[in-house]
Amino acid sequence: METEHIVKSFDEELQKLDNMVVEMGGLAEAQLADAIAALVRRDVALAARVVEQDRRIDAIEAEIHGFVLRLLATRQPVAVDLRIILASLKISSSLERIGDYAKNIAKRTTTIAKVPAMGGTAQSIARMTGVVQGMIKNVLDAYIGRDVDMAADVRARDEEVDQMHSGLFRELLTYMMEDPRNITPATHLLFTAKNAERIGDHVTGIAEQVHFMVAGELPGDLRRKGDTTSFAVVEAGELRDDG
Amino acid sequence: MSLNALNMRTDTDPMATANIAAKIRAVGVDVHYHDKQALFQVDLTIPANTVTALIGPSGCGKSTFLRCLNRMNDIIDGCRISGALTLDGRDLYAPDIDVVALRARVGMVFQKPNPFPKSIYENVAFGPHIHGLADDRAALDHIVETSLRRAGLFDEVSDRLHDTATSLSGGQQQRLCIARAIAVEPEVILMDEPCSALDPIATAKVEELIDELRQRYTIVIVTHSMQQAARVSQRTAFFHLGEVVEDGETAQIFTDPRDERTQAYITGRIG
Repeated sequence: METEHIVKSFDEELQKLDNMVVEMGGLAEAQLADAIAALVRRDVALAARVVEQDRRIDAIEAEIHGFVLRLLATRQPVAVDLRIILASLKISSSLERIGDYAKNIAKRTTTIAKVPAMGGTAQSIARMTGVVQGMIKNVLDAYIGRDVDMAADVRARDEEVDQMHSGLFRELLTYMMEDPRNITPATHLLFTAKNAERIGDHVTGIAEQVHFMVAGELPGDLRRKGDTTSFAVVEAGELRDDG
Repeated sequence: MSLNALNMRTDTDPMATANIAAKIRAVGVDVHYHDKQALFQVDLTIPANTVTALIGPSGCGKSTFLRCLNRMNDIIDGCRISGALTLDGRDLYAPDIDVVALRARVGMVFQKPNPFPKSIYENVAFGPHIHGLADDRAALDHIVETSLRRAGLFDEVSDRLHDTATSLSGGQQQRLCIARAIAVEPEVILMDEPCSALDPIATAKVEELIDELRQRYTIVIVTHSMQQAARVSQRTAFFHLGEVVEDGETAQIFTDPRDERTQAYITGRIG
């Protein structure tokens, strides 16, 4: 699809844009992995490092913003080139948000680590985040490979994340009803799970941008949503027997 | 995002890198054609190994300025030039300057391709021959081939070097004129609207060539196409009514011009 331009330096600039997006995505993926590792291990030092590292992602986003501004002004891109440049700009915004969510998870970890551990919820969040991390990796591969099918696959997997999030939501409400002392850690974990779920949504948005970049339009089909937390009510009768 | 991150001047602005020398410097240059003043106190520094684009509306003085740089205005009756113009620090208008030698150092490519009505080979060989740059035929052959290669034309014409140059397409003729300019080993190449007679593909080829040539030469290009100035140059100077309104790094000029007249011109507004 993208054959070489007569002007080689334009190819080099587009390559540089790809590299910046992928570097940023790799950092966001690593930040999420570290944030979840810190949550599971209750590792406050690692969490602090994740908070600190977020500025690297912000710096690349700013660099991409400036570079895209420059490309638009000096290259007057059209057609596929224009779509790549616009999509890359939007993708960089999504990756920046993903970095922020990873940072938020790390911030809450510092608080969660101060109160006693509560069941296996952190592990459940880690399992859900494992799916999200895989999605980030694959959506970056889809971006580099200009692969619409892989992007569609990533979008489809967000439903699984939403379902896991709904399950976690109910689980945490149950903990809170069982024992009010659980409310502090459960609330923080609830937000943590929500952050991971939102990352999945941003990855889905990136997958849509990859589709736009290659096909010239956003994917037309409506994605199935698995998140039912907006309607979730846990009744006292649903509490576990040992509760 | 910090505003600082949007400041794009630092990494690519040749003037920001102190060790890149000014190839050409103009200070307080005035040009008159008889009673009419065409340039007013032009100050402009052109760094080496950089493409500098001169833009501005018709009659703004950009071509006049370009033609001062290899003294093409000398032959125009009633033209007077004052102020300081230096090439590598030497006064271009000093009495002891050999104008013919100067025009070998500062070559020129014009709007319309203007090959001599001779063979492709002779077009390129003519300059080196009269400037005595080749001792024998083999040396001349070498110069012709090297120049055609640098102009990105050799592979297209290698089997018909002795065909007449006018048999080439417009884009090929323009690259031949660039090869002809390169053949006398210039340091600076002046281009006056070099692509205005070419189609988009031929234009792209010449633009790619310009990008390659700046490794070896300093290039000053006058263009009516602001898009072309944005694409090919690293620095841009905006001329208006005989003055340099603004000059700076090209990306800055086209994303954040400092002067509202520049802004009006490049955005197509009424200034």
